[in-house]
Amino acid sequence: MTPPRLYKTEAIVLRQRKLGEADRILTLHTPTHGKLDAKAKGVRKTTSRMSGHLQPLNRCMVQLARGRTMEVIAGCETLESFQRLRDDLDRLSRALYAAELADRFLPERVESVAIYRLLLGTLRRLQSDADQDMVLRYYEMRLLDLSGFRPELARCLGCDQPLQPQRNFFAPAAGGTYCSSCGAGAAGSRTLSLNGLKVLRLLQRASYKETGRLSMPPALAQEVERHLRSYIVYMLERDVNAAAFVERLRREQQPLEV
Amino acid sequence: MNEQPTAAPGPVIRLIEEFHKLPGVGPKSAQRLTYYLLRMPAAEAGALAEAILEVKERIVFCSTCQNVTETNPCRFCDSDRRDRSMVCVVEEPMDTLAVERSGSYQGLYHVLHGAISPMDGIGPEDLKIEELLGRLRGDEVSEVILATNPNLEGEATAMYLTRLLRPLGVKVTRLARGLPMGGDLEYADDVTLTRAMEGRQEVQD
Repeated sequence: MTPPRLYKTEAIVLRQRKLGEADRILTLHTPTHGKLDAKAKGVRKTTSRMSGHLQPLNRCMVQLARGRTMEVIAGCETLESFQRLRDDLDRLSRALYAAELADRFLPERVESVAIYRLLLGTLRRLQSDADQDMVLRYYEMRLLDLSGFRPELARCLGCDQPLQPQRNFFAPAAGGTYCSSCGAGAAGSRTLSLNGLKVLRLLQRASYKETGRLSMPPALAQEVERHLRSYIVYMLERDVNAAAFVERLRREQQPLEV
Repeated sequence: MNEQPTAAPGPVIRLIEEFHKLPGVGPKSAQRLTYYLLRMPAAEAGALAEAILEVKERIVFCSTCQNVTETNPCRFCDSDRRDRSMVCVVEEPMDTLAVERSGSYQGLYHVLHGAISPMDGIGPEDLKIEELLGRLRGDEVSEVILATNPNLEGEATAMYLTRLLRPLGVKVTRLARGLPMGGDLEYADDVTLTRAMEGRQEVQD
């Protein structure tokens, strides 16, 4: 039996690009059909009935028609527009970072309910929670887990011994941690403080609620962010574009030291 | 021995390839345009070729507003009939055409040549923002109107500019966002409706 030509699904709009005079191609993340591209016709005209519903980061119910090369959006309705994210540049830039990561890690057309739930939860948390960077760190670690890139944080990847409570090393190319003696000469390894290791382990095994109670001094937060970012960039074999904008906003917000 | 002949004469293939490079032109459209040109009178084809060369030779960017222009400063920046206290910030040169068409604005423009799009790696440093800040150093300008597109990139750009411009003490306004003429209320999305509700105005006699 051939699958029906029209089907309905929930989706989060990850990104968009222009096509022709007035169309766009949207990258949608759906829970059961996975990530897929869909053509939205006429959405760049001001009178389009769909354009407002199909902005990036929107969660909407879409009706898709199977096309020859890609799906065509036949209808849509907003379920959640995350307006508080859109009104705050710091939150918006982090939400775009989260969406870009999902887009890069997700394979096309593979069911991905768990990552969908994670992304949705992350957008909601970015909308309401105070520590936006902690929301992202938790998201990064869970996303790595769910996409099969879980870093090793318990043992040394060189000598296979459990890590000692001291300064160790983190090496993205090896896939995780080295002990203090094996890590010194390993390719691309950087020192990992004891507190840094504890935070990474907590992010890996705890629920978001538990990590929410953690409050890190800036230097530690930076260390954890740096290690996770370098690991992600290594796994993706490319930079995450939106990270540069997040960093720029953070830099410009800081009062100049006199 | 002869080689296998190509599908079309060399110059024809070359023109098809050139058309194919244009935005929105696929291989079939490129072929159609090429064969249409072949049947065109030589004078018309010559006029097209000349127009293309002229645009490339004579059009520059205005050193003040960054708009495309034949003269520098451009006809808006040079005119004494425009209100020099207002600057309308748009994403692309084409947007100034749209605002001019409406006839509702008499001030000056500033063209950013893009919008902030973090996921595509387009940041503030890729836009003509420094040039805008430079124009505001004097006290001639009293109002900056942010007329970037009402989509995610345009909104992000407007928010970013607001952050930069507020401390300068200049009045910053944003084009109203709401329901388009010819639209249907029942199809409006929540964000648009919320903005329209926020920006509602008392009915005047």
